[in-house]
Amino acid sequence: MATRADITSGLAEILEEVAGVSPDDVAEEKSFTDDLDVDSLSMVEVVVAAEEKFGVKIPDNEVQNLKTVGDAVSYIEANH
Amino acid sequence: MTAGSRIVAMGHYQPSRVVTNDDLAQVMDTNDQWIRDRVGIAERRVADQETVADMATFAAEKALASSGLTAADIDMVAVATCSSADRCPNVATRVASRLGIATPAAFDLNTACSGFSYALGTADHAIRAAAAHNVLIIGAEKLSDLTDWTDRSTAVLFGDGAGAAVVTAVPDGEQAGIGPVLWGSAPERGEALTIEGWRPYIRQDGQAVFRWATTLLAPFARETCEKAGVRPDELAAFVPHQANVRIIDGIVKRLDLNPACVVAKDLVESGNTSAASVPLALSKLIERREVPSGAPVLLFGFGGGLTYAGQVIRCP
Repeated sequence: MATRADITSGLAEILEEVAGVSPDDVAEEKSFTDDLDVDSLSMVEVVVAAEEKFGVKIPDNEVQNLKTVGDAVSYIEANH
Repeated sequence: MTAGSRIVAMGHYQPSRVVTNDDLAQVMDTNDQWIRDRVGIAERRVADQETVADMATFAAEKALASSGLTAADIDMVAVATCSSADRCPNVATRVASRLGIATPAAFDLNTACSGFSYALGTADHAIRAAAAHNVLIIGAEKLSDLTDWTDRSTAVLFGDGAGAAVVTAVPDGEQAGIGPVLWGSAPERGEALTIEGWRPYIRQDGQAVFRWATTLLAPFARETCEKAGVRPDELAAFVPHQANVRIIDGIVKRLDLNPACVVAKDLVESGNTSAASVPLALSKLIERREVPSGAPVLLFGFGGGLTYAGQVIRCP
């Protein structure tokens, strides 16, 4: 069972690969768009990679609710 | 039955008026860097007085002129478009009338941005069934008519233009130049891109379309190659629908193309011209001699519907 810290570091790897975000900048309270400069299309790539990595389904209409890294961690924690 | 068909000539037309990203930034809240980063478009052409039928005719005229055939030889005209304001007579008969093609089978088809590959597949089938021998197919769009210039999420994306191909039966004993079409759709996702109502505007859920295009289309593109007996790393060029550089890169990443394979990115200077984008980009590649005659080229259209279609052709 992955912990929140595991999920966060997994997301950090994805964010680095997809959007060039430095892993040091990734923390639960960070906003994808405002703090990490992840645009709407990169967000889709992050979601697709996270689905693969964590074995979850993140439907299109759920993506807009994932504002912060913590939102994504919580969703993955609850659904994987 | 014949052994199949091939494209013998292409032609294209774009309106002369160039609209740059900076031009758009004067009338809406956007900027050049934002558009280049997210879509990869630098400028697009916007029609003034030209109709869809005008642009289709100009492109078709060039294709016919370089095909070695005359109007009298053409027995079918098919126009892929989703943006013609005039419904009847259809665009195909308007083109035929202006080019002096006397009695062709003439029809328009609408599968939005995948239209050219649907038309090419239909032309190939008609020729194989001996229902036609020399077919003119055209993708032509005037998306500026359907653009909501107050919606910055879509207004930066589109352009106007046309591309045309002359498709003929191959002589006995020669290799077919158009591989089997792979076509389909995802109707349950159709709401992601709409052009609806009596005064329609293009509306798009960009994230949903991007996700569909970058995750589900590469396997179809591979399958298209398999149907043609060509490996992706043997392709000399890949001409996908020109919607977004990041969609194109996303598909390319999953295809294992040869590094020498030419990947068309005409949208940089043309924007997204829907059904016109594939023939426009292909016609320009040929004009610039970037692909040798006879080399395998993967065409792959996708878009509203959500529809898709592709085939491997031999470059004319």
